[in-house]
Amino acid sequence: MSAVPNDTPLADSAALLEASGLVKHFGPVVALRSADLRVRGGEIHALMGANGAGKSTLVKILTGALTADAGTITLGGRTRSFRSTSEARRAGLICVYQDPSLLPDLTVLQNLKLTATPITAFRRYLIELGLGGFDLQTMPRELARPTLSLLDLARALAIEPRLLLLDEITASLPADLTVRVFNVARQLRAQGRSVIFISHRLAEVSALCDRATVLRDGKTVGVVEPAQGGEERIVKLMLGPVADEVAAEAASPSAPATGAVAVEVRDLKAGILTDVTFTLRFGEVLGVAALEGQGQQELFDCLAGVRRSESGQIVVGGKTRTFRHPADAIRTGLVLIPADRLQALLRQRSVRENIALPLVNRISRWGPINTRREKRRVEKAVKRLQIDTRVQSEVRRLSGGNQQKVGIARWLVGGFQTLLCFDPTRGIDIGTKRQIYGLIKELAAGGSAVLLFTSELPEIQLACNRVIVLFGGRLVDEMPAAEADEKALLRAAHGLPAEADAEQEA
Amino acid sequence: MASTAVAEAPRPAGFRFGRAARRYGWTVAVYALLALLMVITIAIKPDYGSFEWNTLTLAALPLAFAAVAQTIVVLSGGIDLSVGPLMALANVLALRAMLGHDLNYSLVVALIVLLEVTLAGALNGAIIVVTRVPDIVITLATSFIWAGLALLVLAKPTPGIPLDFQNLAQGSTFSPWVPNALLVLLVIPLVWIPLRRSRAGLAIYAVGSDRNAAFRSGVNLGWSRLLAYAVCGFFAACGGLALSMTTGVGTPLAGTYYTLSGVSAIVLGGVSLAGGRGGMLGPVAAAYILSLIPAVLIYLGIDPNYGQMIQGVLIVIVVMIGGLGVVLRRA
Repeated sequence: MSAVPNDTPLADSAALLEASGLVKHFGPVVALRSADLRVRGGEIHALMGANGAGKSTLVKILTGALTADAGTITLGGRTRSFRSTSEARRAGLICVYQDPSLLPDLTVLQNLKLTATPITAFRRYLIELGLGGFDLQTMPRELARPTLSLLDLARALAIEPRLLLLDEITASLPADLTVRVFNVARQLRAQGRSVIFISHRLAEVSALCDRATVLRDGKTVGVVEPAQGGEERIVKLMLGPVADEVAAEAASPSAPATGAVAVEVRDLKAGILTDVTFTLRFGEVLGVAALEGQGQQELFDCLAGVRRSESGQIVVGGKTRTFRHPADAIRTGLVLIPADRLQALLRQRSVRENIALPLVNRISRWGPINTRREKRRVEKAVKRLQIDTRVQSEVRRLSGGNQQKVGIARWLVGGFQTLLCFDPTRGIDIGTKRQIYGLIKELAAGGSAVLLFTSELPEIQLACNRVIVLFGGRLVDEMPAAEADEKALLRAAHGLPAEADAEQEA
Repeated sequence: MASTAVAEAPRPAGFRFGRAARRYGWTVAVYALLALLMVITIAIKPDYGSFEWNTLTLAALPLAFAAVAQTIVVLSGGIDLSVGPLMALANVLALRAMLGHDLNYSLVVALIVLLEVTLAGALNGAIIVVTRVPDIVITLATSFIWAGLALLVLAKPTPGIPLDFQNLAQGSTFSPWVPNALLVLLVIPLVWIPLRRSRAGLAIYAVGSDRNAAFRSGVNLGWSRLLAYAVCGFFAACGGLALSMTTGVGTPLAGTYYTLSGVSAIVLGGVSLAGGRGGMLGPVAAAYILSLIPAVLIYLGIDPNYGQMIQGVLIVIVVMIGGLGVVLRRA
């Protein structure tokens, strides 16, 4: 690729797609102020931006799911305005989303028929994606998420698109399948076709993409080449003026704490989880590092009272506890922040009600709720977490990051001793992510105990004092955060001995 | 990694018993239940003959159409509370126009009634799609409108459907064991099978299965839902005409029973009220089951009004057993 001066919108004659000055309002909320995007033929182009920066809106406009209030889109030199996704599809523009859009109750074959997808081409791409011999009579309802993502991708590829949009497709894929998706993207590039790639993972962007367009607050703020050390630049552009502040906050890893024991887990067994023993102390953030499905879900479910263990003990406050219901765990001070925020929140209710929900038990066991007292405490929490309350009447309208903050705020108000955070930053942008980690550290410094699982290994050091590693349901390693860099964690999480790694590095 | 293993497992093509059981198990079970009830009936009443069988098919015919009408809307993720009143409307329109005429004239009337009530169903759908008011509210409101309209057309139950037209359903042209009422049901596959195999039919399933995914797949949500309501109107009209044929009477207040019994039949017939899952075979068998229960009670000398209670208990038990099946499969 030719060198591109940073941040300068280029007048590129070879542009396959050129979108300029796109504006979109939803009532009083401005989703896009002025978005520009230029994608060349034979290019993998990243679209970056924090949550709420307008990425999804831009994608929806490009694929005809929404129409822009102002601005123009040209595809291959022709000005286009798509009124439906099928129209965009006919023009060779198709998007594969994070949540697969195969109909769960139609067979895969019927799904193909519904979208008029050529079956032989679909089969060919299935083989390329490692799904040769797949039975088209299967119902998507019966399939695992990663498989669905690949099927959805193959379906998009089968129409031989000129421009393929991948919206966070790697978020639900394990590493080896991600590689296959990358290979396909590179093939498209080699054929002179283009890919728009959206991901929160900077490493993926710099490994795959030729250029990156960064959005902030609905505006295009720069075009960067990620390969040439552009990662830091992207982060800075995404975060804007607060970037340096956040960078300072992500300080060096904390030392192991020596507070009293908050939770002791002894020989816990549940599902894949086997004989797991560890202690969690007050004043520390204990990280849990593991690849997908190594027993971390079972561990958190047991501790939160969502699931019963088969054997072993959970000791809280010197007493062995049996949790029959999440309410039992909450009463003992163990509260859960799940990855899927909407599992914990009442989507259609207000921010205030959501935060006050566990509080209802405390403020008023019988009789009416003291709303003034409730309001005061809720407002304090909202302020402390900087929750964006412009659309506070319904939680489902908040961005993912703000929803997660509401989930945390409810326990700040409701009171807790031990916070169980299960991948609390999944799908959340870097700025909010660091805010959440900052908050978690602050809570631990204030004397609480935190157990934190995150699917993104480099982030363990951002928040934790100590790390335990799960592999195949067993606890295979424990290390202070200072040693837990991504490399060490990856080795341990794959079940490789850590010592060998340390020696190699020394 | 576990997830990867799932993705890579090659799947053998061809017939697989587990999957077939999962997909068609409910329908097979409903027919087994119907067969069991028939066996019980014959055990209770050893002289059960073609006359009783004919009576059953006549009783089940309007309900079968009501169930099929509701099924198609429920498959598209909606509900139509106006199915019964639409049937009543078709029924009284037919009586008013046919009164004192011959078969040929009646057949033309029947076609016009089919068209009118299909349009009424389409209007239901159009209002729902355009106003975006929930379907349950709109069809509740229109159920009063259609019922009121039926009363305006015909103030009180009136006999007078031409006998020749009645005999289209009441006789048994071919064999006493193949009553015409059973043959009239063939209208259902004649409309449903081509629809089911078309993209429009897939789109109806798609809209009910996952509206967001359907939208992304390029399905026109509005038209698909409207189509479902229009086809619902068509089958409701068939139900109203069936009512005319089987009773020979125009009954403006016949509707209420068929709306809710139609919903019972589809629940029993294995159609998911959440949309997207189910077919037509189950609800039709369920309509026969629901029509057989009062008959069995009469043969037993029990007050047939217990029938409704038994219907309720049956639905709870059957759906519970179905749910148990799902739980056991997961374990």
